Amino acid sequence: MSISLEGWTCPAPLRDYPAIVMGHGGGGKLSADLVRHLFLPAFRNAALEQLGDAAVVEAGGARLALSTDAFVVRPLFFPGGNIGDLAVNGTVNDLAMSGARPLYLTASFIVEEGMPLDQLGAIATTMGAAAQRAGVALVTGDTKVVDRGHGDGVFISTTGVGLVPSGVQIGPERARPGDVVIVSGEIGVHGVAILSVREGLEFGAPIESDTAPLHELVAVLLEHGCAIHALRDPTRGGVASTLNEIAAASQVGIRLDERALPVPALVRAACEILGMDPIYVANEGKLVAIVAREDAERTLELLRAQPLGARAAIIGDITAEHPGVVVARTGIGGTRVVDMQVGEQLPRIC
Amino acid sequence: MKYLDEYRDPELAARLFDEIRRITTRPWAIMEVCGGQTHSIIRNGIDQLLPAEIELIHGPGCPVCVTPLEVIDKALAIAARPEVTFCSFGDMLRVPGSSQDLFRVKSLGGDVRVVYSPLDAVKLAQQRPDREVVFFGIGFETTAPANAMAIVQAERLGLTNFSMLVSHVLVPPAISAIMEAPRNRVQAFLAAGHVCSVMGTWQYGPLVERYQVPIVVTGFEPLDVLEGIRRAVTQLEAGRAELENAYARAVRPAGNQPAQAVLDQVFELTDRGWRGIGSIPQSGWRLRERYRRFDAEARFDVGHIHTAESPLCHSGEVLQGLIKPNQCPAFGTQCTPRNPLGATMVSSEGACAAYFQYGRFIPSERVEVAG
Repeated sequence: MSISLEGWTCPAPLRDYPAIVMGHGGGGKLSADLVRHLFLPAFRNAALEQLGDAAVVEAGGARLALSTDAFVVRPLFFPGGNIGDLAVNGTVNDLAMSGARPLYLTASFIVEEGMPLDQLGAIATTMGAAAQRAGVALVTGDTKVVDRGHGDGVFISTTGVGLVPSGVQIGPERARPGDVVIVSGEIGVHGVAILSVREGLEFGAPIESDTAPLHELVAVLLEHGCAIHALRDPTRGGVASTLNEIAAASQVGIRLDERALPVPALVRAACEILGMDPIYVANEGKLVAIVAREDAERTLELLRAQPLGARAAIIGDITAEHPGVVVARTGIGGTRVVDMQVGEQLPRIC
Repeated sequence: MKYLDEYRDPELAARLFDEIRRITTRPWAIMEVCGGQTHSIIRNGIDQLLPAEIELIHGPGCPVCVTPLEVIDKALAIAARPEVTFCSFGDMLRVPGSSQDLFRVKSLGGDVRVVYSPLDAVKLAQQRPDREVVFFGIGFETTAPANAMAIVQAERLGLTNFSMLVSHVLVPPAISAIMEAPRNRVQAFLAAGHVCSVMGTWQYGPLVERYQVPIVVTGFEPLDVLEGIRRAVTQLEAGRAELENAYARAVRPAGNQPAQAVLDQVFELTDRGWRGIGSIPQSGWRLRERYRRFDAEARFDVGHIHTAESPLCHSGEVLQGLIKPNQCPAFGTQCTPRNPLGATMVSSEGACAAYFQYGRFIPSERVEVAG
C-alpha cells in the first residue's frame, strides 16, 4: 500500500458539529479539536501550549505544577469508590504526571436541588480521606446549587498545586526514539467498573474501580534517578489516546506489543461482550511512563516493588519511524494502527 | 479467557498461515461476508500475513453500513420528535443521514439512547407510558430474533407506546446479487458464522449449486478466519464448489429453530434497499400485517422521506468488493471517521473504518518491541 500519511485526519476544525455533542467530552479527537481550535487560540500562552496533564510555571523562584479537572460521573457511587475519590485522585495524578509533589487542592461543587445531604456528606468524607492518603490539603472551595434537572446530583471541580523538584523535566514532548513504554498496572478497570453499574451488567464477580493517587509511585522513580521522559495517566480514551498524544507531541512513532498489555480477565470479558477495546477504556489509578531504555528494567523493578505498581509491564517502545502514529503488534504477529477515537467508544451492534 | 484464547493462539495461527501458503498456487479472490470478520482480519493484521495470491474482498455484512440513507433520515426525523425516546445500538448513532446524525439530534434535545438489547427498549416503554419508545431494528439474521421477540413481548404486554423502525437485511439474497453482478470477482465466500447459527446452513446449498462457488461457514476469531480461508483455498485449488461448516462449535445445519419460528411469526420478506448497492429483491424483512401497528414508519408518518446518496462516496463498490476502501478517491481525505461520507466509514465493522483505523499504515518492517 503506498499511501502518504499526510492529510489523514480532516484538517477543518469543528466542522462536523455546530454544537457540542457528547463526543467532545470523550477524550478522543473531538476533545483534542475543542482544545486546539477553540480554547488554545482564546487563551494562548507558553505554559498552556505544553498541553501536559498539569501546567508547569515559575513563580517566586519555585517551579509550580498547576492542574484542574472537572468530574461528572454517573452513578456517583460505584464499586471501588465514588466521585469524591476521583475528584481528589484525578487532580493529584495530573500534578504527579509533571513530576510534582502535590501540596494543595481546591474544590468547587455544583449541586443539584434535591441531592440528599447524606450522599453529599459521604462524598465529602471520601474526599477528606483521599486527600489525607495523598498527603494534600483541601484548602478552599465553593458551592453552587442549580435547579432540579439541571445537574446530575453533583459535579465537582478540583484544582491542585504542587512543587516540581529542581532538575525534573518531564513532558509529553520529551519521548525519544529508543525509549521504552511502561504501564504501571492492569488497564481498563475503572471504565469497566463504571459501565458494569451504569448498564446493569453483571460479570459473576464485582469489578472495582482502580482509583488511586499515583504521586508516590512517581516520587520513588524520581528518588532513584530513573530517566523518565514522559508521564501520563491514561484516563478518558485509555492507553491508546495517551500514547497517541505522546506520539504527536514528541513527533515519534510508538510500537506497542498487544500481548504485553496487562488486561485483567474480567475487563477482557466485558470488552468482548460489549465490542470494546481495553486500550481505549479509562483508568483512574495507572500511569504510562516513557523511560530511557537503559533505565527501563530498573524502573519496572521499582514500580513492581510498590503495591500500586505490582503488575507493571513494558508494553512497547519509541521509534523514529512513523512519527505521530502508534502501531501495535497483534496477538498473532500482524500489525495494526492504534488510532485515537473520534468521540466516545460505541458498543457494536453484533 | 476460555473459548477465546484457544482461537487466538499465535503458534496455531502460524501453522495455518504456513498451510495456506503451501496449498496456494494461484491468485484467488475470497469474500468474507460479515463485517465482524472484516474487523477481525484487519484488527489482527491477518491480511498482511496471507500469501500475496489471496485477496480478501470485504463483503456487505455490516448492518450499519448497508442501512440506506433514507432509513437513517427517517430515524432522525422520528428521533427528533418531542414525544419520542429513540433507542438504538451504539454505533448507529454516528451514521450520517443526509445532513446530520443521531448524536446531533441528541445534542439538540432529542431523547436518543444506546441500548444493548431491544428488550431494554420494551422495558423502557413499560416504565414510561408517557413516552413513545422507538427501537431502531436493523441488522442481519443475527439481530433479528431478539427484535422479533421484542415485538412479541410488546404485544404480550399490551404496549401501545412501543414501535420499531425495521430495516432488516438478509445474507443469501446479497450473495446472489454479488454473484450476478456483471463485474463480480468473488470466487469463494466465507459465510457469516453468527447468521448461520440462527438460520442454519440449509439456505446456502442451493447457492453453491447455482453459482458453483465454494461457501465456507466461518467464525470470527483469528484461527476461525484462517481455517475458513484454508478450506476455501483447498476447494478452489481442487476445482471443487461445496458447502462447508468451519464453525461447527456454533452452527448446526438446521440452525436455531425456535428463533426461526419467531422470525417467521413476526417478519415477512420484502424488497430492501442497501446503502450504496441499491434495491435487492426479497432481501429484507418487514413486520407482518398482524404486527404492523408496531411499525414506527407508519406510526410517525415518515413514508414520504426519500433521500439520494453522496456522489463522492463509493461505499457501494466497496461493499460489492469492486474496490478496496483505500481505492476510493475520497478515502482519508474528504471521507474520514470524523467526517464520514458513507456508512462503511462509520461503523467499527465498516470496511473503510477498519482500513482507516487499523490498516492505513503498514510499517516497512515487522514491528519488534522490547520486553
